[in-house]
Amino acid sequence: MPASVAKKAITSDEKPRVLAGSHFMLGDHACAEGALAADLDFFGGYPITPSTEIAEHIAHRLPPLGGRFVQMEDELASIAAIIGASAAGARSFTATSGPGFSLMMENIGLAAMMELPVVIANVMRASPSTGLPTMVGQSDILQARWGSHGDYGIIAYCPASPQECFDLTIRAFNAADQYRVPVFILMDEVVGHMAERVIIPEAREIPHHPRKGPTHGPDEKVFLSYAPDDDLVPPIAHAGEGYKVHMTGLTHDERGYPALNPPAHDKLVNRLVDKVRLNAADIVMYEEISTNDAETVVISFGCTARSARHAVLEARNAGEKVGFLRLITVWPFPEARIRELIDNGNVKRFVVPEVNLGQLRREVERLTSLPVLRLNHAGGLMPTPDEILEVIRS
Amino acid sequence: MSVAEQIIHPAASIHPIDNLLRADRLPHILCPGCGIGTVIHGYAHAIAASGVPEDKHVCVSGIGCSGRAAGYVNVDSYHSTHGRALPFALGIAVHNPELNVTVISGDGDLSAIGGNHLIHAARRNVNLNVICINNFNYGMTGGQVGPTTPLGAKGSTAPHGAVEEPFNLPYLAKATGAAFVARWTILHVREFQAAILRCMEKNGFCFIEILAPCPTSFGRANNIGDGFHEVEIYRERCRIENGATNVGELDIDLIDENKPITVGNFVDIERRPFME
Repeated sequence: MPASVAKKAITSDEKPRVLAGSHFMLGDHACAEGALAADLDFFGGYPITPSTEIAEHIAHRLPPLGGRFVQMEDELASIAAIIGASAAGARSFTATSGPGFSLMMENIGLAAMMELPVVIANVMRASPSTGLPTMVGQSDILQARWGSHGDYGIIAYCPASPQECFDLTIRAFNAADQYRVPVFILMDEVVGHMAERVIIPEAREIPHHPRKGPTHGPDEKVFLSYAPDDDLVPPIAHAGEGYKVHMTGLTHDERGYPALNPPAHDKLVNRLVDKVRLNAADIVMYEEISTNDAETVVISFGCTARSARHAVLEARNAGEKVGFLRLITVWPFPEARIRELIDNGNVKRFVVPEVNLGQLRREVERLTSLPVLRLNHAGGLMPTPDEILEVIRS
Repeated sequence: MSVAEQIIHPAASIHPIDNLLRADRLPHILCPGCGIGTVIHGYAHAIAASGVPEDKHVCVSGIGCSGRAAGYVNVDSYHSTHGRALPFALGIAVHNPELNVTVISGDGDLSAIGGNHLIHAARRNVNLNVICINNFNYGMTGGQVGPTTPLGAKGSTAPHGAVEEPFNLPYLAKATGAAFVARWTILHVREFQAAILRCMEKNGFCFIEILAPCPTSFGRANNIGDGFHEVEIYRERCRIENGATNVGELDIDLIDENKPITVGNFVDIERRPFME
């Protein structure tokens, strides 16, 4: 890293990069602190409710640490700028909400195709269109998976608390660098605007997985930017390192040069999908409560999981055979675990509460012929524990 | 090596800028008579003359024929999405200020779909060298009119003639804050090469419009027979006026035979560079 972009030494009057300790913190701020703790270098963003607190917090905290905060002219520019910064070696980040997320879709495909790691927080609000800007939604989960044109792989984490906003943001940066994919932190307005205790560990305890770099010098031989290792992920060389890389959104060969033919396309696109699909066991995260003998399993994520947990525990206390599967990664979808639950024979039905009209339920239905009961709000409200309990007991 | 040996030696291995072009990607996709190759050639010469190590030069393009420029220069190069070359380049330049970042793209890419980024990059005075190859139309998609097409000129989406007033790109760049603004044509090889070099030296947002023939799409629709014909127009009608103060009046009308085309280095000022 050139001296001009080296991280500044911390002076005594500046807050350290990692604010170790116990805090009472907003989810949006916890996400921002997670990014800083993950060694964020570059943030490019555009204000949008309910994610703006992330940008504001980073604007306050990042420049004194030697990083760059740029408020871009729109979300098209924000996503392009963070991809460019990533090409120059930055850990780069943006935060947005539904309308801005829609504007970013084309270049999310570029990041996937160039395999430039970026992290994008989407604090979901009630949609479509302008919808209810200040109120909760969970209706961007399919867009996060499929929103840009074509097939590609991504990873999406769904925090259910400010603590997870912090923890999963760090994980998102590491996963982006490890797999060279766009990684989403799919927050929602409730989690983003909720203040809770957040415990930030010491800097030395923050996991940091750097990108794989070239194994040879720039002058030894031609560097193949897209020759993958066994994990299907190629090493990366950045702008200014001397490897004379070429990166394009066009279908390309291992050198990075355009290769405009169907076999090259088939090979590349399959790898972009497979590097997430075949590594899913290492990526997928979920939390389970008493699923072993459960006849009804509630599957949920984000803010809705908080109500769902309450409902499941109440049913268990009443002796009902109810279990809980909370998705921490919604993508890749934890389908292996759900298939296991189905195959063990106890489960008779699933309940999927969510703040959309059935996006996650559709994924569950894809895996089973068992009944999948719904509980939906289109947006603006999250299901209450009582509402979920009512469906469990229906 | 004798003269005879040099002559029979493959030209590609002895040309002074050979190492700055990706010879393994040739032949290129550009049509006969196209002006884009001349610009790439000039950019490579400017790199060689810049004194900045090749490893510290970066080229970013958008989409279109001019957007392919990044694919032919042998520096770290990025062929981004349509209209987004400037913010992509901003991310590189802001993260690593040691890099000399040049954006080469077309008039449609930079001033239509990417127009918002152009004015804001100029306003910020981001340290970027922008080479806008203006061929008056969307060439790659087959000759549709765009924001630089002269009023009345024909295109596949304006078969009866363009009905909109075109942009005066140097005026736009100057008005929005660019520290260096020039207009040249591919006939003015030495001049535009020197202008690119000046951009590489300057810390700030530098914008060069380079007029270039697109005989396949724009020329054919507008009775400009081939690339040479359009260069003849440049030769007959261009007048050089460095430091012209009336940039706002220097619209181009390639079609009107009576209108001169004013070229030159129009603006070269010092402004506080972005993030300094």
